[in-house]
Amino acid sequence: MAGPSTQIKDHWQEQRLFLSRVIAAGVVVLLLTALLVTRLVVLQVVNYERFAELSRGNRFRIEPQPPTRGLIFDRNGLVIADNTPNWELVAVAEEIESLDATLKALEQLELVDPSEHTVLRDLVRSHRGFERVKLSNLTEAQAATFAVRRHRFPGVDIQEALVRYYPFGEASAHAIGYVGSISLADLERIDRSDYAATSQIGKQGVERAYETILHGHVGYRQQVVNAQGRVLFDPTVDSHADNVANFIGGIESKAPVQGNNIVLSLDMRIQLAAQEALGDSRGALVAIDPRTGDVLALVSTPSFDPNSFATGISRADYVALNTDLDKPLLNRALSGLYPPGSTVKPYIALAALQHESIDPARELYCPGEYHIPGQTHKYREGRGGVHGSTNLHTAIVRSCDVYFYQLALAMGIDDVANGLKAFGFGAPTGLDIGGEKAGIVPSPEWKKRNYARREDQIWFPGETINTGVGQGYMLVTPLQAAHSEATLAMRGVGHPPRLLIGVEDAVTRKVTYNEPTTLPPVEGPAPEHWDFVRDAMVGVTSEAHGTAVAAMKGVTYKVAGKTGTAQVFTVGQDEKYREADVDERLRDHGWFVAYAPADAPRIAIAAIVENAGGGARSAAPVVRKVLDAYFKAEGYVAREP
Amino acid sequence: MSLASLEWGSVGGGRRRLPFSGLVIDVPLLALLLMIVGLGFVVLYSALGADAGLLMRQGLRFAAGLVAFFVLSQVPPRYLRIFTPWVFFAGLGLLLVVMVEGEIAKGGQRWLDLGFVRFQPSEIMKLAAPMMVAWFMHDRRLPPTFLQTIVMVLIVLVPAGLIAQQPDLGTALLVIAAGGLTILVAGLSIRIMLTVGVLGLCALPLVWMFMHDYQRNRIFTFLNPESDPLGTGYNTIQAEIALGSGGMFGKGWLNGTQAHLEFLPERSTDFIFAVMGEEFGLLGLLLLIVLYLALVGRGLWIAAEAQDTFTRLLAGALSLTFFFYVFVNAGMVSGLLPIVGVPLPLVSAGGTSMVTLMAGFGMLASIHGHRKLMAP
Repeated sequence: MAGPSTQIKDHWQEQRLFLSRVIAAGVVVLLLTALLVTRLVVLQVVNYERFAELSRGNRFRIEPQPPTRGLIFDRNGLVIADNTPNWELVAVAEEIESLDATLKALEQLELVDPSEHTVLRDLVRSHRGFERVKLSNLTEAQAATFAVRRHRFPGVDIQEALVRYYPFGEASAHAIGYVGSISLADLERIDRSDYAATSQIGKQGVERAYETILHGHVGYRQQVVNAQGRVLFDPTVDSHADNVANFIGGIESKAPVQGNNIVLSLDMRIQLAAQEALGDSRGALVAIDPRTGDVLALVSTPSFDPNSFATGISRADYVALNTDLDKPLLNRALSGLYPPGSTVKPYIALAALQHESIDPARELYCPGEYHIPGQTHKYREGRGGVHGSTNLHTAIVRSCDVYFYQLALAMGIDDVANGLKAFGFGAPTGLDIGGEKAGIVPSPEWKKRNYARREDQIWFPGETINTGVGQGYMLVTPLQAAHSEATLAMRGVGHPPRLLIGVEDAVTRKVTYNEPTTLPPVEGPAPEHWDFVRDAMVGVTSEAHGTAVAAMKGVTYKVAGKTGTAQVFTVGQDEKYREADVDERLRDHGWFVAYAPADAPRIAIAAIVENAGGGARSAAPVVRKVLDAYFKAEGYVAREP
Repeated sequence: MSLASLEWGSVGGGRRRLPFSGLVIDVPLLALLLMIVGLGFVVLYSALGADAGLLMRQGLRFAAGLVAFFVLSQVPPRYLRIFTPWVFFAGLGLLLVVMVEGEIAKGGQRWLDLGFVRFQPSEIMKLAAPMMVAWFMHDRRLPPTFLQTIVMVLIVLVPAGLIAQQPDLGTALLVIAAGGLTILVAGLSIRIMLTVGVLGLCALPLVWMFMHDYQRNRIFTFLNPESDPLGTGYNTIQAEIALGSGGMFGKGWLNGTQAHLEFLPERSTDFIFAVMGEEFGLLGLLLLIVLYLALVGRGLWIAAEAQDTFTRLLAGALSLTFFFYVFVNAGMVSGLLPIVGVPLPLVSAGGTSMVTLMAGFGMLASIHGHRKLMAP
């Protein structure tokens, strides 16, 4: 019988094998132990003196050095976010005997806000014993108050620090956001050692989105301190103490790396003009360069002072801002959702032309209201009016709802919805600072996804009619309105809106500009369709019955525009909307979207003014002022109309 | 006299049994464990800031460990072997439960809450994985064939993978170490070992790609602790200062400035080796190391004397895994190895690993105490 195939265990052979393995393992164990002991001898015997000196009596402390935060410029090099010196009260936990008592005493001197007591206590405790934690900002008088009582507060100190300063205040708040004190939540998302000396972090907008570019990197220097925390030796200050420096070998101080500066697409001249044009009203305006997607202005009113956040906003002030009925903290431009009203008509007209749903020259009669054949429900002309005989061109120029009711029905909801989605409605535009809402383009499919009950999922023809004039379920953000307007201006070639256009290296001062990106173009409409819609929109601002003729009277450039009215309040079937009867906050929102010059577009704008009545009266004049500011800044002289 | 009846083993294989009860008690093992834990308590008391209450809690954990030790000492290895697959697959099931619960809680999940006690199922695997490997080889010829090796590797990697995605890379590595050492003592051929070693080295760049940033940082910092004195390098620097300033004889009990002035992080858990080095010096550490070596030696002795494949492999693997813990922790604290969250066995504060370790030693005691006396 051939031996090797047998499966019988050979116990002796196995035991020998196993024993040899155990012995080998034992040898490895001994070798590794020898390695460990050698290492311990090196540490504890050979280098004993050095380590003993490091720990004995003198302790050494690493003092982190904050990097200077990068500046933010507008496209013309104007500083929008700067750094200015400021006095700060700081605490070093390991040197404070009783944190609670110390905070109490500081509160009595009105140097620390009592309402922040527990927040500050937790913040100090969450840091390493030797880290400096900012307690509050001090005015010059407060700094003096503390300076004479300093001896009573071991572990508390004043330091000068750079804080963020926004020279344009309210006007830039929603576009670039702000920095604030690092909260416990922020600590979760950052590399803590890199922020060891930093007290502020981007909380909103550009400041938050580009935190990593702006922040830079922490530096440190080593100090020898005694048991009371007094600095005995600082190698960056006293270079004479060579013998002390010997103990420290190996660790050097490192200068912080300044954050890089960033260049935004904003043009502060346009931004300020928009802020001023909106004035005290609630509203938003976004202006985009359609050729690149550069956001030239991004304004939301009412606004707030970002400097109050940068220097540490008090709890009471924050609560006041947060509970204000006008919601100054809400960025209406990015996250305000409004029905687009008639501003959608050019897009729907374009889709209708593309699908040949209607003969643009055919005249329909507008009696001021519309019934679906066989139904009694009245679909009325927006806020009243009788347009008589209208074709597609005059329906856009005069904003005839009855025409578009019938057009939407003729097209069907899918063509309407797809025509709108092609321009970016219903999805975030991809603005580089995030924080946008997606909006809604309603369709039967959308209803199915968003309503649970079967009876709620049914799509009614009336909903197609409402969508045809931008009412009903449809919601857009002002940013979306501007972005799709820019895409329309460029005949379907869109760019994701962007705020960051370049980064300036803090050291070399060399600016690296990013190339704009391009979206897949809107396919389908023929050149004559684009021309038709542009001409109709130019008609809005120039023809006798155009809805925005009054607001655009005397312009030196050619504007393509469209007014819109977003209804907040639904009037009963047999009633008439009378502005004076309706509560102010239920009045209509006014829209105006435009691009100019109509033949070679360089700016696309969307503006909304809340509760101010129709767009022709409220938003169009705002856009006019911004356009004037833009073309004045550009030195643009148009041929006489 | 009754003490005399506690027989000390001779090479021929004495049995340590109390004559009046038939209980298995491995006296050398127990004595070494008590010495190490006793020494650990002394250091821990200092590391905990002379807080007797906290030390008491560690005492309770050790008491729980002792119970596990004694109970498992009495279970004949035959039953250990029979129960092995049950324990292994139950452990796997619990890991899956924890994973699913973690998914629901949208976050890493390691703990299983039974209401009265919380424990980490991954801890079971530290014992169940080597047991399962030993179980698998029990009826098979040593050395293992290539196919058998693949199966054993899977037995180790499946639970390790589940643990790694918790994510608890430290424990996953320990499970791999325990299972891997079992495979090694099973007589894996040198050629395969070398092949795997070379493949492993080649795979390192791949591992690097899959590592989290914080894990890469640890490696960087290990290579050059001074590069990040504010972050992870801080721990290494402070631990080295603590060890180095302890010198030959140490600063004395409760006198470690690094530990007591809170310069040393994690002093009662992962870095307790540094506290001991600071207060008791090189001599203190050598005493601890000698005790550890004796314990490992006793374990290997038990493995050498074991009478069947299962017990042999299990005893060998348990002993070597124990040494692995010691070396990884001491190596990390003294700067030989990068920082990984492995406690110093039997000394660091913390409950779960104490019970697991003592259970492992209980099995060792059982393996030795239940040998058959007749010659093969």
